[in-house]
Amino acid sequence: MKASQYWHCFVGIQTREWLRFWQQRTRFASALVRPLLWLVVFAAGFRAVLGISIIPPYETYITYETYIAPGLCGMIILFNSMQGALSMVYDRELGSMRVLLMSPLPRPFLLVTKLLAMGVVSVGQVYVFLLLALLVDVEPPAWGYLAVLPALILTSLMLGALGLLIATWIKQLENFAGVMNFVIFPMFFMSSALYPLWRMNEASPWLYWICQFNPFTHAVEAIRFSLYLEWNPMAYGITAGVTVVLALLATAGFRPQRTKILGSKPA
Amino acid sequence: MHTLLKHTVLATMIGLSGPAMASMAYVSNEKDNTLSIIDTNTREVVDTIDVGQRPRGILLSKDHTKLYICASDDDTVQIMDLATRKIIDTLPSGEDPEQFALHPNNKHLYISNEDDAIVTVVDVSTKEVLAQIDVGVEPEGMAVSPDGKWAVNTSETTSMLHWINTETFEIEKNIVVGQRPRHVEFSKDSKVAWASAEIGGTVHIIDVDNLEQIHEMTFKVPGVNQDRVQPVGIELTSDGKYAFVALGPSNHVAVVDAKTYEVLDYLLVGARVWQLDLDKDEKHLYTTNGVSGDVSIIDIEDMKVVKSIKVGRYPWGVVIDPTS
Repeated sequence: MKASQYWHCFVGIQTREWLRFWQQRTRFASALVRPLLWLVVFAAGFRAVLGISIIPPYETYITYETYIAPGLCGMIILFNSMQGALSMVYDRELGSMRVLLMSPLPRPFLLVTKLLAMGVVSVGQVYVFLLLALLVDVEPPAWGYLAVLPALILTSLMLGALGLLIATWIKQLENFAGVMNFVIFPMFFMSSALYPLWRMNEASPWLYWICQFNPFTHAVEAIRFSLYLEWNPMAYGITAGVTVVLALLATAGFRPQRTKILGSKPA
Repeated sequence: MHTLLKHTVLATMIGLSGPAMASMAYVSNEKDNTLSIIDTNTREVVDTIDVGQRPRGILLSKDHTKLYICASDDDTVQIMDLATRKIIDTLPSGEDPEQFALHPNNKHLYISNEDDAIVTVVDVSTKEVLAQIDVGVEPEGMAVSPDGKWAVNTSETTSMLHWINTETFEIEKNIVVGQRPRHVEFSKDSKVAWASAEIGGTVHIIDVDNLEQIHEMTFKVPGVNQDRVQPVGIELTSDGKYAFVALGPSNHVAVVDAKTYEVLDYLLVGARVWQLDLDKDEKHLYTTNGVSGDVSIIDIEDMKVVKSIKVGRYPWGVVIDPTS
């Protein structure tokens, strides 16, 4: 295979994802409603909760809005990735994914490109969210908006791979509610998205350790630090490592026909 | 090469000449009995010096060579030499000095003695007590107008501003303000004085020519209980544009348009923000945050808090040496 063929395929998948996004503009807007509600309503109630300690990367006291903004960026990517990954299962069943997988290019390349394409759309949403967050005085340094880009892409790849992995195990695609309850919410709440981990540690050390082992925590921290122009090698390292492992598992496990991997016996 | 060498030597010399060159902020730590010294360029604490017990009010001599420190529990005012950072002398101060103000003549120091309900005037060169003036109960804030005509004392329990004529050392007028007045700050032209009332939650603006109140301000910090909005320290920019008011346990500093008295913004700083000072070119404002034990720095152009620096326990006063 020539590099040009890879590129052609890459562009094709990206374009298709943008077309799909363009046809689902209302979904784009409605996906922003959730994090904005958190930022404007939930955070308003907790405004005075923080401002009692200074934690890196911040150099001074911050409002709760400022604290949770990076976590909500993570939330946007989390929901999008899970939805996107599940839609890949849907595609798989309806056949459009099969068309894609018929390509002679290696399947891992196709899947990762697809994840990346979904990620780019998520990242677009994150930027719109960050612009709207300016209205509630969440004002990271200007260069932070650029510096956060790699962290956002990495996060969307990681969560996309996770979604894909889960999707291969799901028997029915209507099961999004289950994914919400057992994957999205635990991942979101047991992380540093809503509260700093030292607070968690004060409340319960074992919860703190769960949060520490939650890769979403490190993704959020990578976003948080880069947004404020600080380098956090641990957060980046863990997010990247987990991304590679999940991507390997997901691409290895992905089969055009679900029944094969599930190994379910005929009724 | 020659120029480079010259510059290096010059830089080394500047480096060696030490504390006097960089602009320093001095912070009194009430509970630690120390003074934290912050380099305003690097924004780091470069030195911590033991001083008398319970240091609160601090101020610079008019020539910026000495720092006066109210050592409240030692019942004395200490004098620190800024070049050597050594306590070189003490002044008689009366009991429990908390706040004081230096007359522009660089000689007369007005000290409020909280327990005795008096203001003591000391000549810093002769260490002679020039006068003891009876004021209201629990005198607290102290200020001298830049033109040297007036000394103002606030008495916490009596809730009054006592206007002392600096020539006669006698009170010429009392102005009733909100409960527990804490601090008075004059505009650079001595035309208006701003006084904060901690419990009243108000700031009173007094016209100095007529000695009458021209405006009374209140504050509402979003998301903070009104009881916690307690104005204390005040700082005015010399261009007459802004006034900054430290709002105590609300953990916010109010940014006020000094002409219209409109609150422009509330900036989040550390816990129980107490006193304020502007740096040399009035680009940054430093705040002492007593309960959180740190100093926050506000960038005035952006109106944003840029950094908070840990100092000792219960930082009380802050002054920045403008020479550098």
